[in-house]
Amino acid sequence: MTAEQTKNIPLKVEFTYAPLTELGSHDIILKLSEEQLTFNSGGLELLFSDQRKHNVSLPRNDLAGEPSNVGFLVTWLCENLMKDPRKEMFVLDDSVRPGILVLINDADWELEGEENYELQAGDEVVFVSTLHGG
Amino acid sequence: MDMFTTTDTHLTFLRTQIASTESQLRTLKAQLAQAELSAQTARQLHEAYQGGFPAEWIEETLGALDDSSERDIARKLRQDGGFEGAPTPAPAAVAVPVLDAGGAKARAGRWPLADEEYKRYGRQMIMPEIGLHGQLRLKNAKVLVVGLGGLGCPAAAYLAGAGVGTLGLMDGDTVEVSNLHRQIAHKVRTVGGMKVDSAVEFLQAYVKLQTFASSSPSDLVCSLNPNVKYAPYRSHLSPDKAVAIFERYDLVLDCTDHPTSRYLISDACVLAGKPLVSASALKTEGQLLVLNNPPRAPGDASSGPCYRCIFPKPPPADAIQSCGEGGILGPVVGVMGVLQALEAIRLLTAKPPAPPPMTDWMDLSMDSTPPVTPEVKPTMLMFSAYNTPQFRSVRLRSRRTDCAACSYQATVTQHSLTTGSTDYIAFCGSTTPLDPLPPESRISARDFARLPTDGSNILIDVRDETQYSICALRGSTNIPWNGNAEAWVQDAVKRGVMSGYEDGRERFVVCRLGNDSQLVVRAVREWLGSAVRVREIEGGFRAWREGVDRSWPKY
Repeated sequence: MTAEQTKNIPLKVEFTYAPLTELGSHDIILKLSEEQLTFNSGGLELLFSDQRKHNVSLPRNDLAGEPSNVGFLVTWLCENLMKDPRKEMFVLDDSVRPGILVLINDADWELEGEENYELQAGDEVVFVSTLHGG
Repeated sequence: MDMFTTTDTHLTFLRTQIASTESQLRTLKAQLAQAELSAQTARQLHEAYQGGFPAEWIEETLGALDDSSERDIARKLRQDGGFEGAPTPAPAAVAVPVLDAGGAKARAGRWPLADEEYKRYGRQMIMPEIGLHGQLRLKNAKVLVVGLGGLGCPAAAYLAGAGVGTLGLMDGDTVEVSNLHRQIAHKVRTVGGMKVDSAVEFLQAYVKLQTFASSSPSDLVCSLNPNVKYAPYRSHLSPDKAVAIFERYDLVLDCTDHPTSRYLISDACVLAGKPLVSASALKTEGQLLVLNNPPRAPGDASSGPCYRCIFPKPPPADAIQSCGEGGILGPVVGVMGVLQALEAIRLLTAKPPAPPPMTDWMDLSMDSTPPVTPEVKPTMLMFSAYNTPQFRSVRLRSRRTDCAACSYQATVTQHSLTTGSTDYIAFCGSTTPLDPLPPESRISARDFARLPTDGSNILIDVRDETQYSICALRGSTNIPWNGNAEAWVQDAVKRGVMSGYEDGRERFVVCRLGNDSQLVVRAVREWLGSAVRVREIEGGFRAWREGVDRSWPKY
């Protein structure tokens, strides 16, 4: 295993409904790969893509050295993925905003400990925007 | 402190006792319901067999017949069967002539369903999942469909088709042409009429044929299922009436399109003790939830979650998109409505769980172990038409112990609904109203049309590319607005529409309805300052159609 592999947790992150698009009418989806992360440049082109599923590589520990949990993933996504200034479309009052359901491996994150769930390699995290139309 | 500890202990003790007693009461009620169901089914089956197949059932069947108008047949059966008058060798043998002697009239009372119903429902009745029992349960069931749009139309159609006994239909809206691509019960002729009336006409030959001018008696044969009893409610659901209406039904379907109604329907289902099948759809996606199932008393953790357990707080009003704004594909919402009907049929025809052993329910002492109820595994089904896989079922949490509607601490009560102290509109909030731009930043569609078209002005169309390709004004530049001011301005600069603004040329911004264009003008002011001459066309292309070009497509 390379040093990089031991440091990072590979994850699948999916936005069933792009959190950034709800004011607009485009499906804007986040796409991220390791190179883009380390490249750390660009802006909107990183955010605007037509894929909804992303393989991300999250640091194994958060800034305090604790094992990375979902709460850290949310902050990390905000800081590393979203160049859109409207963070409130994704995070409100320090948590994922109402109307977005967080699923960890096809289960409501409330069954898994919410923000405190410690992420494992290969975990799949889905951010589902609730629908109201009919 | 000690006093508080004692009080807390006492409270906990009382809560436990109440829960335990309620649990026992529920067990008894479940047993009563089970016994009633068995009795009813047995009665119906015995009626079905009054022709005399199993000898031991004749007695009970005769009892039932005595109450009916068919006393003569009863007597005949009795005599033939050896219960009255001359003895007869075998009950099975005697019954046959009676079948024939009874004729059509006797036959009508002999079977639990009418002749036409066997033909109509036969294809579903021959499956073990439904059977005669399931069909009878459907026939006895009362289902309320709230909302007769893209979800409610197919849901109601399949429930009516399946033979649900009573179908409540509620909607306060009228039919529009833009509904027809997905709301399959409505048609061109019913545009402008109440959706409820349109749906009843589609499902049943409508009793008031004059509702729609061109209705004719031939509609009687066009209807889907006249056997069903339809109960129309020509208004939107109101909090003060919700619980009283829901109490008349066995099951509720939420086919509405807004968070306010979704929270209200869920709350009323909890208060009325009814299971809820809830679905929603937008664009190419749908979601399906079965909530408050089984419906148990508030605080009982063995019941399924309610809408508030899953979504305790509504999303910000600005984040909510309607089908009119976001778009909707007919079959997508259709799939979700059909799935609602399917879940409803599954719930209504489900075989009740076996009653717990006698010792359990006879023992009413407080320390008896409560009967084991099967674990509830709530799920949400997600449908995404353009992704693989299209369907995904995810596990949801169970009831929330601090839920505002279904916990011990519930603050939503029948009283709070009736008095209006549970305010759904305030709870869900309203969209932030646009702070209108000053008049010098706006221009009416008519005035814009009078401007010279010699290229001295720049027209920026901020609708998305899909809408732009439906219809656009020649010479306009399409720079879609997606809510991100900085990104839009960067894009506009890159596309050249902001360069050289010192040349005196003016920029005009247009969108579909005149909201986004105001946000764009504000974004330009914020990022490029007031040197740029920019105005927005008031009311967007809707105003353009009304004031300038009547042929402009109205989508």
